[in-house]
Amino acid sequence: MVEWTDFERDTIKDIFSRIKYDVVGPAAFARCLVVYPWTQRYFGGFGNLDNAAAIKGNPMVSKHGTTIIQGLDRAVKNMDDIENTYTELSVLHSEKLHVDPDNFKLLADCLTIVVAAQLGKEFTGEVQAAFQKFLAVVVSSLGRQYH
Amino acid sequence: MTTLTAKDKQTVKAFWAKVSGKSEDIGASAVARMLVVYPQTKTYFSHWQDQSPNSPAARKHGKTVMMGVGDAVTKIDDLKEGLKELSQLHAFTLRVDPANFKILSHNILVVMAVMFPTDFTPEVHVSLDKFLAAVSLALAEKQGQEDPGVGVNLFRVTPARN
Repeated sequence: MVEWTDFERDTIKDIFSRIKYDVVGPAAFARCLVVYPWTQRYFGGFGNLDNAAAIKGNPMVSKHGTTIIQGLDRAVKNMDDIENTYTELSVLHSEKLHVDPDNFKLLADCLTIVVAAQLGKEFTGEVQAAFQKFLAVVVSSLGRQYH
Repeated sequence: MTTLTAKDKQTVKAFWAKVSGKSEDIGASAVARMLVVYPQTKTYFSHWQDQSPNSPAARKHGKTVMMGVGDAVTKIDDLKEGLKELSQLHAFTLRVDPANFKILSHNILVVMAVMFPTDFTPEVHVSLDKFLAAVSLALAEKQGQEDPGVGVNLFRVTPARN
């Protein structure tokens, strides 16, 4: 089980109470598709992903971005048991979606960048450390059921 | 790893022109974040009396790093050749595990997002990410090659003076 300090718990809850899910989710997911173009391989059915403008304006991208961050919300609400919270999602990503788990880290990095842009100076080194620790636990939990 | 396209180079140069005035702050913030978020990187700075993230030594190092980045922008058409001396420094004198270049690059990108949220678009992000990866590769170039040994002045590493 992961140990969280009070600062880390408060920071994670604070960040997720402040960010707009329907802005941050789509922005982070779109950024991931642009910055790491091989991630587009999983979204063949999403229509036009030809360039950054197309990706940003794509309604399926936006919708999926929101879905992703709503999934993260489950981890925020269950910080003491993220591993079990994500068992089914891990199986889904492995067995059905066949996603290389390395991609989870790429998306996590894009989330960090987007949240940093939203929070500006308040995204201090300590806040960044807490956020990245949280995302690392999420990423690890999502990869856990792969075999 | 993909090579930098003409568009990447143009994007990097244009973005650098916008942000280079703040390069000291960018560097200081990136190094501070690296020391806080990835504490294992402090092992390279055990010679600093004060290893805290906002110490004068850390700030100075941030400035040094960004001067190197700025130099790399001017040598963007041939990073391997242009960063030869810095590569020797990092490989033979500093002996930095190249994985750490990725860590510092990530923190530079985070700082760009914090300081320039509107300008640091996904398009700029991808070009800058590729550029920093290319710089990191050039810096790691000399690893595994023979140490040139005596006669090569590894300390004459100065950024381009314009």
